[in-house]
Amino acid sequence: MAKVKSLADLQKLKADLQTKVDLREKGEGAENLVQIKVAMATCGIASGAKQVMEFFMDELEKRNIEAVVTQTGCMGYCYAEPTVEIKLPNQDPVVFGDVDIKKADEIIEKYVKTGELVNGIIPQNYNTIDE
Amino acid sequence: MHLLVCGGTGCKASASDALEDKLTKELEEKSLQDEVQVVKTGCFGFCEKGPIVKVLPDNTFYTQVKPEDAKTIIEEHVIKGRKVERLLYLDPETKMHVTDSKHMGFYKKQIRVALRNCGFINPESIEEAIARDGYAALAKVLTEMTPDQAIQEILDSGLRGRGGGGFPTGLKWKLTAKEKADQKYVVCNADEGDPGAFMDRSILEGDPHSVIEAMAINGYCTGATKGLIYIRAEYPLAITRLKIAIDQAREFGLLGNDILGLGFDFDLEMRYGAGAFVCGEETALIHSMEGERGEPTFKPPFPSVEGYLKKPTNVNNVETYANIPVIFLKGANWFNKIGTEKSKGTKVFALAGKINNVGLIEVPMGTTLREVIYEIGGGIKDGKKFKAVQTGGPSGGCLTEKHLDTPIDFDNLIAVGSMMGSGGMIVMDEDDCMVSMAKFYLEFTVEESCGKCAPCRIGNKRLHEQLELITKGIGSKADLEKLRDLCNVIKDTSLCGLGQTSPNPVLSTIDNFYDEYLAHVEDQKCPAGVCKDLMQYVISHDECVGCTACARVCPVGAIAGERKGPHTIDSAICIKCGACIEKCKFNAISIQ
Amino acid sequence: MEFVNLTIDNKSVKVEKGTSILKAARSVGIEIPTLCYMSLGDMDIENKPGGCRICVVEVEGRRNLAPSCATNVDENMVVKTNTMRVMNARRTVLELILSDHPADCLICPKSGNCELQDMAHQLGVREIHFKGAQSTYQPDYSPSIIRDLDKCIMCRRCETMCNDVQTVGALHAINRGFESVVAPAFEMDLEKSTCTYCGQCVAVCPTGALTEVDHTNEIVRALADQSKTVVVQTAPAVRAALGEEFGQEPGTLVTGKMAAALRRLGFNYVFDTDFSADLTIMEEGTELLGRLGRHLAGDKTVKLPILTSCCPAWVNFFEKQFPDMLDIPSTARSPQQMFGAIAKTYFAEKIEIKREDMIVVSVMPCLAKKYECQRDEFKTDDNPDVDFSISTRELAQLIKRANIDFNSLPDEDFDHPLGESTGAAVIFGTTGGVIEAACRTAYEVYTKKKLEKVDFEELRGFEGIRSATIDFDGLPISIGIAHGLGNARKLLEDIRSGKSNYHAIEVMACPGGCIGGGGQPLHHGDSSILKKRQMAIYQEDKNKPIRKSHENPYITKLYEEFLGEPLSEKAHHLLHTHYFNKKKNIELE
Repeated sequence: MAKVKSLADLQKLKADLQTKVDLREKGEGAENLVQIKVAMATCGIASGAKQVMEFFMDELEKRNIEAVVTQTGCMGYCYAEPTVEIKLPNQDPVVFGDVDIKKADEIIEKYVKTGELVNGIIPQNYNTIDE
Repeated sequence: MHLLVCGGTGCKASASDALEDKLTKELEEKSLQDEVQVVKTGCFGFCEKGPIVKVLPDNTFYTQVKPEDAKTIIEEHVIKGRKVERLLYLDPETKMHVTDSKHMGFYKKQIRVALRNCGFINPESIEEAIARDGYAALAKVLTEMTPDQAIQEILDSGLRGRGGGGFPTGLKWKLTAKEKADQKYVVCNADEGDPGAFMDRSILEGDPHSVIEAMAINGYCTGATKGLIYIRAEYPLAITRLKIAIDQAREFGLLGNDILGLGFDFDLEMRYGAGAFVCGEETALIHSMEGERGEPTFKPPFPSVEGYLKKPTNVNNVETYANIPVIFLKGANWFNKIGTEKSKGTKVFALAGKINNVGLIEVPMGTTLREVIYEIGGGIKDGKKFKAVQTGGPSGGCLTEKHLDTPIDFDNLIAVGSMMGSGGMIVMDEDDCMVSMAKFYLEFTVEESCGKCAPCRIGNKRLHEQLELITKGIGSKADLEKLRDLCNVIKDTSLCGLGQTSPNPVLSTIDNFYDEYLAHVEDQKCPAGVCKDLMQYVISHDECVGCTACARVCPVGAIAGERKGPHTIDSAICIKCGACIEKCKFNAISIQ
Repeated sequence: MEFVNLTIDNKSVKVEKGTSILKAARSVGIEIPTLCYMSLGDMDIENKPGGCRICVVEVEGRRNLAPSCATNVDENMVVKTNTMRVMNARRTVLELILSDHPADCLICPKSGNCELQDMAHQLGVREIHFKGAQSTYQPDYSPSIIRDLDKCIMCRRCETMCNDVQTVGALHAINRGFESVVAPAFEMDLEKSTCTYCGQCVAVCPTGALTEVDHTNEIVRALADQSKTVVVQTAPAVRAALGEEFGQEPGTLVTGKMAAALRRLGFNYVFDTDFSADLTIMEEGTELLGRLGRHLAGDKTVKLPILTSCCPAWVNFFEKQFPDMLDIPSTARSPQQMFGAIAKTYFAEKIEIKREDMIVVSVMPCLAKKYECQRDEFKTDDNPDVDFSISTRELAQLIKRANIDFNSLPDEDFDHPLGESTGAAVIFGTTGGVIEAACRTAYEVYTKKKLEKVDFEELRGFEGIRSATIDFDGLPISIGIAHGLGNARKLLEDIRSGKSNYHAIEVMACPGGCIGGGGQPLHHGDSSILKKRQMAIYQEDKNKPIRKSHENPYITKLYEEFLGEPLSEKAHHLLHTHYFNKKKNIELE
């Protein structure tokens, strides 16, 4: 990666990256992409998030589902770790709590494949700085 | 279409299970089970108005839904597409029904400023951080502002230190900026040590770049070219993520020499702490970084004058830093509109204890304890009664029912005998003994005192010993007064913040739960049933059938009695292990 | 100079900016009590950790009480040092300290000289309201110093001495909270640490946590043993300080009374370490001239500067911390050890007794001497040249125990032959003295001319590091002087890095030299006391009819009858030593 040498560089970089992350934020142009974020802070990892993340990566590949699995920080729902946010194309993201391997399997089979919600959704309960 | 039914404990207690059954049945009756799905969710955090049903995709938010309402919802909303007015949330201010949860005031209870990227971006990707405006504030400050202007912006924002003391951040920067020296330092205090607190850890694990960016801004404003992050070695993940982030920032030229081609040099180093609580105190932290014993020294001189390696040093906490970029991006005026008159912005709390939604929350200053506990925290576990909430960790105090409507900010909490601290918030219910609680915190401070000054080193030990006696029922009313006097001397004479605040849990519990203390020493009773030494196992002769099961299971032979005759427990021998209670099939044994 | 006006207890005070409240109060006669504060006057070193919290005062406008030792004055500050709030806090804190302190005052070595005891008395503590656990530690008995940490009150004075003044680094605060205490790293014993036994920690300890190993009982036993001939030697610095233990003004010379007291205690021969100090000059001076001569002749292998070796703590210091430089110090033994070696050979032969039947006792201003006399290299067939070394304080204790009215004793002389000395030997007791004595002799030996001006004023003083050039009849000799091991370290590091241009350096481990030794009457950091002792030493030098070591007739006789000449084989055997790398003995368990 070349260094960001000026303000203009940074702004351009941001604009480029913005589209990349917008995929995640708005889902535009990513018809077939499922985005999965696993909360991998200490609390999440302690409750088994690592295994869950590995499971998602392995299984989605095995089951031929095109998806991006990434890690993220703490979502704040420590009582329900591991937590996983799933964003289906053109839909609002949904957060699932207490996701173990069994639950992850159910999520892939039901929500990811068919859009059918499964038990254990955590309602988003905060505002972001942009709202 | 989805019907989300809250499955949190609060809603369950108000028959959400039955409601869910009813909804499913109604759908089946109407053969809609394939089109409409009922989903059980985690707590919406709005337990006061539970049970909650949310209809997707239109986001209709029904409150206080009873099982008998299931039919109406299906028939009206699902089939006919008409919202059920009477079940909609009534805005207490406008007295209007609110249909869409996004417009409910309740959801404005949390605003994520410091946590804006936590749980949103991949913390190991600087690209994602940049896409979310990472380093844009640094660029803005470097190109558009002089250091003085930037400090003024922070002053205008009203940001106060989030580590506990609440010192105005802009002022701190100003003090370091005005010192003249060949080298200055900015230090990030990531030595989070309050029991149960993990705000800083989460920020570093979830959004390390915001802290790095803020430190660079801090460096520019104060004239420091070196930054140090003092982090406890027990935070391996945060350390790893920080290291990755620092490397990435260097690679991108956002740390190092001539940042953004603007002639500003700034770089970061990490320093690891061994987890001593007192090293969160800034002078102790600095000594620890210098390789000296981690113990505080008297201020003045303040670190802004004589800090790390005797050079002017600005120390800020992680959460304070995490707020900085937002202030520059959104402006001081945006920031200072959030919060109360003297405490601006938001505060992150680690909510723990006997509460349903244990977790990390961020609320605007001025939110009441009640809102935090009941609306965000989802109320007390298992439907128990709220007893107290401890804020400010071992330095804070226990607040009670009568304080619940106190708007949380730095000054209000001090006024009611506690403090903001770094953001630990531990909720206690009726089963918690306040004497034991105070003892727990004292145990912590005795363990964590550095031992430098006599009142903290010995005084806290004596406090702890005294509390130990009280939990055994030993003492008198006069001893409680002596305890209070000792607390006050320790507060008055201790060297640093640790000793000056360590008696707070004792003082606040004596003040707020005096009767409970009295019960221990005068009646030899622990009202909450926690203090083992004050418990008595008693066999009710009315219930006892003389099966001898308890006598056989008792490991110390404390139970005697004839077969088929009533048994008795010798309290002098009994070790209160509880084995007999488990064994007794007739509920004859109770704790008194 | 900027001044600040403030009020303390309704008195107006004007002091320099940057002054502490404690000092400002003292300037108007208000003595705020404190346990941990210590000022080392001239050395510009203060111990003010703000730890004891006894010196707290009320400062108007401040939420908490302020430690007066660590709080500097501000313009218009209003300070109250004796309000109810202050006195209650002070007393409570003192009671807390006492609640974690053994109450064995009756048999404590510090009883009567204990600052904690005095404070309890001053604050009128008659009851300790707090009961609870007391911290207990394994006592540590080193050859010189006893650590009884149960009595440590964490004042940190010893730490300041050991680290800031001496740079020895043996003592640090360790552990945390109630268990915290000052000790060597990993709680190892002093013996395995970098400790040099200089005893400066003992000299400043306010309680009985650090005391010297007491040898008085052994001496009483030896004196009572009719089969033994007990010989005593007294170091030069003792006579300038012993009087203080008997209420005399600092700086009072009590040489004659001391000799009289020792005789009344029953010593068979009352001798003087000053005699062997003269002997040291003969050996060390000759060694210096030897090395200097070879150096001037172009010998590149010769090591310069030569360092004095009469201070045992200093020897311990370089053996433990500079083992790569063991060939630089003079090989001459210290006067204490030279005395022992001569007493148990030359003198024993003279009075026709076996060495086993002679007990040599030394009275020293020093605790390291206790260790030095136990070194294996100073023993013959397991019999030490010096059997026991006691401190000035211990001698005072013995005199009191024997109900000798010290102050009314007549002045008496030392015995012969080992009691005769010159003024050059006396000044061994102060910083700069050894090198001045060496110059007096070396000058005359080297130039073969008579030294007209015996007093080398340029070598005297109290500066931590001093240097002077002495003109040896056209040859400029560059002299360095350091007292306090911290200063010695600086000179050693200069030598190591090749930056040193000195020909000879005198080092004394204790600030002020032996007059400020760890075994002297406690001076509580008051450097004016040291200066008075120093003046007394120079006075004694002036009073002496002979002021150059090589003119001591008994020394001349010793060489004629027994040793031959300086650095002879016999002299080497009895009066010189070698050094060991002791860095590897420092154990980090």
